[in-house]
Order: sequence, then C-alpha cells, then structure tokens
Amino acid sequence: MITFEKVAYNYGGADLLSDISLRLQPGSFHFLTGPSGAGKTTFLRLCYGELLPSTGQINLFDQNVRSLTRDDLARTRRRMGIVHQDCQFLDHLPLTANIMLPLTVSGRGSETDDLADLMTWVGLSHLTDAFPPQLSGGERQRAAVARAIIMSPDVILADEPTGNLDWEMSQRLLTLLVELNKMGKTILVATHDLTLIRTAKAQVPARVLRIKDQRVQLAGADL
Amino acid sequence: MAGFLPDLARFDGPTARVVPPTGHTASLTSFTSAVMAFLAVFALALSFAAGRLADRWSDALANTATIRVSAPSDQIEVQARAVLDVLSTTPGIESARALTDDEQRTLLAPWFGADLPVESLPIPRLIEIISTPDGFDATGLRLRLSAEAPGAVLDDHGRWRAPLVIAAGRLRLLGVLCIGLIGATMAAMITLAANAALASNAQVIRVLRMVGAQDNYIARAFVRRFTLRAFAGAAIGAAAGLIAVALLPSPETEGGFLTGLGFQGVEWLFPLLLPIIAGLVAFLATRLAAFRKLRELT
Repeated sequence: MITFEKVAYNYGGADLLSDISLRLQPGSFHFLTGPSGAGKTTFLRLCYGELLPSTGQINLFDQNVRSLTRDDLARTRRRMGIVHQDCQFLDHLPLTANIMLPLTVSGRGSETDDLADLMTWVGLSHLTDAFPPQLSGGERQRAAVARAIIMSPDVILADEPTGNLDWEMSQRLLTLLVELNKMGKTILVATHDLTLIRTAKAQVPARVLRIKDQRVQLAGADL
Repeated sequence: MAGFLPDLARFDGPTARVVPPTGHTASLTSFTSAVMAFLAVFALALSFAAGRLADRWSDALANTATIRVSAPSDQIEVQARAVLDVLSTTPGIESARALTDDEQRTLLAPWFGADLPVESLPIPRLIEIISTPDGFDATGLRLRLSAEAPGAVLDDHGRWRAPLVIAAGRLRLLGVLCIGLIGATMAAMITLAANAALASNAQVIRVLRMVGAQDNYIARAFVRRFTLRAFAGAAIGAAAGLIAVALLPSPETEGGFLTGLGFQGVEWLFPLLLPIIAGLVAFLATRLAAFRKLRELT
C-alpha cells in the first residue's frame, strides 16, 4: 500500500530521515513515535506525497510517487484520509462543507446520504452549521477525522490527532480509529502519547515505529 | 477547457465557495474592467467616426475632377468651350459644366470677401467634371486638352484625397490599437489581481490539494470568480460609456466640432460585445495565471 525503499530526506543540507525501508500492509495499524523534531510530520508528508524523497523510492498504491503528475497525486490522495495536527479547515465554510470537501472536489458533492450518520458517529451532529473557528480543539480533531474518512479511504494518516485533547476525548478518538481499522482501513498515527499507544495495543494488533537517529525502527516490544 | 465553461454559469456553486471571498482583488477586477470598458467605448466610437470620416472624404472627392482654364481674357471663354467640347466626347465623363461667376465668387469669398469683382479680374475659369463610376483616362484627357486648350489644367483631386483618406485610415487604426491596448492592460491588471488572490490563498490551495483537488478544479474556482467579476464590471463600464457617448453634442449642433464622434445604426451594438470580450480576456488571463501559480505552489 505504502512502501519506502532506502528513503532519505534532507532539508537544508542535513539529513532529517535516512535509509528508511518499510511497508505498510493493507489493514495494518501503526503508530509512529519519536521526540519532537524527530521527523514524524516529515515522514507523514512523504507518505502522502507532499514531500518527495531526496534519495530512494516511495510507492503509493504501487505507483512511484516521483512518476505521479499533480493530478495523479490528487487522485491518489482521494484514497487517503489525512488528519493534520492543526486540522487545516477552510474557515469560511461551515463544518459540513468542510467535512464534505473531499467529496466536493472529486465531483461527488451530492453524495450526502451518510453525512448525518458520520456527524453523529464523531459526535458533531449538533454543530453542522458551525464554522471551524467556533469549534473546540476536540471538536476540530473529530471533524478532521470525519473529513478524512468521508471518502472511505484505504489509508488514514493522522498527525498527533490527540495533541490538543484531554484524556477522555483522546480515548474517544482512538476508539474511532480502532473501529476504522476493524473495518479494514490501514491506519498510521504519529504521536508521542505512549498511553494512547498502550491503550490501542490492548484493542488491536498495532505496531509501533520509532524515529531514532534519522531512522525508523520497529519498537513494538518496548511498549 | 471545455469543462470550465459550463461551470462558469453557476456563480455560487460549490466550486466557487471553496475560495474565500476576496473583496479587495475582486473589487479591483470589477473596477478595472469597468474603467477599461468605458474607455474602450470611446476608442470604438473614435474608430467608427474615423471610418465614417474617411468614407465621407473619399466619397466627396471621388468621381469628381476640376479643370482650371488660365488664359488671356479674350481667350478664356474660347478655351473653356473647347474644353467642354473635348469633355463631351471623352469616355467616362458623366457630366461637365463651367462654374458661373457667382459660384466662383462664393468659392473665393472666404479669402477675398463677398464683393469681389470676378468679372474684371483675370481669374481662371473652373470646369467641374463628374465622372462615371469607372472613371476616365486622365492621361489621355490631358494630352487632348494640351492640344485643344493649352491653358487647361486637369486636377483629378488625387493629391488631396489620398492624404486625407490615409489620415482617416490611420485614425481608425489608432482607435483599434487603443482597444487592443485597453484589452492588454485589462489582462495585465486581472493577472496581477489573480496572482495576488492565488498567493493570499496558498493555504486554501494546500488544503484543497490534501483532500484530492486537481489543478483544474482549483483553477476553476478562481477563474469563475474573476471572469464573472470582469464581465459584470465591463457591463457597467460599457453602459456608462454608451450613455456618455449618447450625451455627446450632435454633429448638427454648434457644439458638434467632433464631427460625429459616436455610433450610428448597428454600430451601437458593438459596445455590447465589450463585456463578453472582457470576460474572455479575464478567463484566459486568470486561467494562465492560476495554472502558473499552481505549478509554483507544488
């Protein structure tokens, strides 16, 4: 689904990530950990093609990301749900329009049948007409998850999705991700919240990747 | 591009809404288009007026010629009759007649006053010729005149008509050039406004790309906005220009020194094309700017 082959990424002449080879299997659940500034966000940006590797090769759905045109990449991203750390909404649009944005841009804006269910599932059914600046941190994160999954993507990439949430809300969001994984979605969550990881591992066979010394290592047994 | 056009019809569709309202650049586009359309109406009026002027000058002097008979006073009437005889047998001459003393006095009045004693002065006799549409052989006529009436000089008006027609033609060209420059200026202004809008919405573009929007979709959102703004602005500007032209002094009045700067008949319909042209210019300029900017924002 997503494969890295001897990937390195340098920024400003210095290696941020190097010699990364891994494969995210369909239906897998991975956490990505590491200290702040280790390169978790950079790794995710490489995963969805916003950054290109300095060396090595990344394949998204068996296509070399370097060979994709901008439009190819856009089509590929429709198979991915991305939850950004800062959520990244269009503040001038109401919440429902933001959540439906992936459908709108792919010409499926009229497919709103499941929207009400989705809003209820993420606990935002009472906020359909609200605008993003009016939402709390937890509501924004859940809305970002809703937007990420509305196209029923194959892969969900989440960058510190619980970074601004209290413990209860973090657990609720984790439950959403676990349920999605049980539906067969591939999940990769960048986080430094070890409690969240331990809770998840109790529910799904999640694997933990750790960025250390610019390399990504499997760290499941340590947690 | 085909997919672009039907979507333009929906001013406030989902595609339009993904770009936040940008009052400054949108207002700038509308204002620029209105001003440019207003100026273009006058450039069009100038071009049409120059065309009419050229036609009028050309028509007034075409198919006419003059023969000036200069000779001693006792010979002048004899030679004038000889000239008229020659003209009556010249192919291509529809009619010819000698101007009367009163007509000659009227012609000279602006320079010498109305009381000029034409009869007592050695003034050449003028003969007016109207030719058929096919014209006459001026060279052959000159040869015959030199034999029959040595004091006769043929003036076919060519040396007057040609520079006037050329001048009017250039004036018309100047009007067209002005319209072209106005269009180019409008395209440049809209490109700048579109670039500013795209740059200020870089984050919006990033979000749209993250959720799978293709370049065509993103560009369309901006193109629609600028095209419709330019169209609306140009419509207002053209309407204002038409009203202003309609209020210009009539050529028949004392103030009509501009000799008919304005539109006549179907010419009034041409300014109605300006909003469409402005929309087309905005469409192309914004589309080019959008795709260029989207490449930069990769």
